[in-house]
Amino acid sequence: MRDEVAAQKPPSANKDKVLIRGLNFYYGQTHALKGVNLDLYEGQVTAFIGPSGCGKSTLLRVLNRMYDLYPGQRAEGEVLLDGENILSPELDLNLLRSRIGMVFQKPTPFPMTIYDNIAFGVRLYEKLPKSEMDARVQSALQRAALWAEVKDKLNASGLSLSGGQQQRLCIARTVAISPEVILFDEPASALDPISTAKIEELIDELSGDYTIAIVTHNMQQAARVSRYTAFMYLGEMVEFDETNKVFTSPRDKRTQDYVTGRFG
Amino acid sequence: MSSDSASARYPARRRRNAIWLGLSVAAAAIGLIGLVMILVVLVWKGFAGLSVAVFTQNTPPPGSAGGLLNAIVGSLLMTVIGVAVGTPLGMLAGTYLAEYGKYSRLAMVVRFINDILLSAPSIVIGLFIYEVMVAPMGHFSALAGAMALAVLVVPVVVRTTEDMLNLVPNTLREAGSALGMPRSLVIQRIGYRAVRAGLITGVLLAIARVSGETAPLLFTALNNQFFSTNLLRPMSSLPAVIFQFALSPYEDWQQLAWTGALIITLAVLALSIAARALTATTQQK
Repeated sequence: MRDEVAAQKPPSANKDKVLIRGLNFYYGQTHALKGVNLDLYEGQVTAFIGPSGCGKSTLLRVLNRMYDLYPGQRAEGEVLLDGENILSPELDLNLLRSRIGMVFQKPTPFPMTIYDNIAFGVRLYEKLPKSEMDARVQSALQRAALWAEVKDKLNASGLSLSGGQQQRLCIARTVAISPEVILFDEPASALDPISTAKIEELIDELSGDYTIAIVTHNMQQAARVSRYTAFMYLGEMVEFDETNKVFTSPRDKRTQDYVTGRFG
Repeated sequence: MSSDSASARYPARRRRNAIWLGLSVAAAAIGLIGLVMILVVLVWKGFAGLSVAVFTQNTPPPGSAGGLLNAIVGSLLMTVIGVAVGTPLGMLAGTYLAEYGKYSRLAMVVRFINDILLSAPSIVIGLFIYEVMVAPMGHFSALAGAMALAVLVVPVVVRTTEDMLNLVPNTLREAGSALGMPRSLVIQRIGYRAVRAGLITGVLLAIARVSGETAPLLFTALNNQFFSTNLLRPMSSLPAVIFQFALSPYEDWQQLAWTGALIITLAVLALSIAARALTATTQQK
């Protein structure tokens, strides 16, 4: 399986940003990821799809070592970010997470003002004078297409925004610390269709500047936002290819069954 | 199964419901009547003695006029010190339980002992401080009283801090970590902040709890019929004065005891209302 997937690497002039090789992941005794290989290309959007429990969120959470927060979870294998193995125990996790940002399924604004939600993360890494911080906050909010809606109430609580706005605030917060990779864990599944469309549009705009991985349950969404798609099933990476190929001419029977809605 | 049998049992169900409802209401009423009676008598008797002198004069010898100034100041002083010492300890321990140790053996032991402390008779704590502070120092002191109160504050604050931090959704912690925030910052800047009102409520409740404690003070700060702010000397406190004066045969002392009891009750009432108001404002957010 491992060799087969490695051989599936789509021919392209893409530059590798993240290389996943022989990745195994365990929740205690449960073997959740089985010898996963995958490339994330710089400046491209890669979607992880697959039925519930297939390991796509787990894979995403390996990429910024989020699993480290919980005892009993461990990863084996290699995940190379620009050639450096991020699974190494010596790695500075906080530094890693400044390079690989994450947006969650449920919007998670911090219990502080809209302004501080963004400035807070920036202050972790940089000491900026007020005027520069203001500019940074503004550009992050503009980047997340939220500026127009909140520019007059930057001192309102982040919790006072609507769900879709909160999610864009979380994206702004992530963008503000200039990561190289952004991970989206079903970022629109808790949102209404209009907010969803806005988030998808945003992901599209962010690609190019950022390497993006997105987990989604929604196959139309994967088709709309991603350039590459990885189909996972029962902890295995079944198929990885350009999105239109995965959806129109999948090579694996399981992929075909899934994308045509036969299961999942 | 059939609707016939279901409807046949309907009157019986209604009857049972009525009986349970009746019992519950009666139990609530009995509890409430007791409380209301206590409050009414307290306000009635306490209010009669309320005057400016209560707050400006010290406890008198029997037969002469006086107030509760030394007792009020003593109570405030010892409560403030006790809470100031007990709160950081309790907060840090509660934080360990909720954030760092969660499932560790140490955390389970601490949690268990904390639960025991939470319901330990306060006189035991008074005796403990007597052994470790009063006996070695050779005399009663306000400091010992404050420490006894601190020991009472700790378990309350440990419990509320742990409970409150457990309410912080893990997704919020992950979101903080995902920005590259160190754990300590996630706890301080996000965790504490998200449940700030709850944490303050916990401290207010701890204050309410210790401000009426008598037993631990009798063994530690003792009492003092004069005004004193010397922490190394015995100090007066409202509960101790109430205890002494209420048991005395002198009517003016008994009157002061009632007034003191009313003052404590009103103070605790104010704290509880503040705690409620705080909780309400957070829930609205």
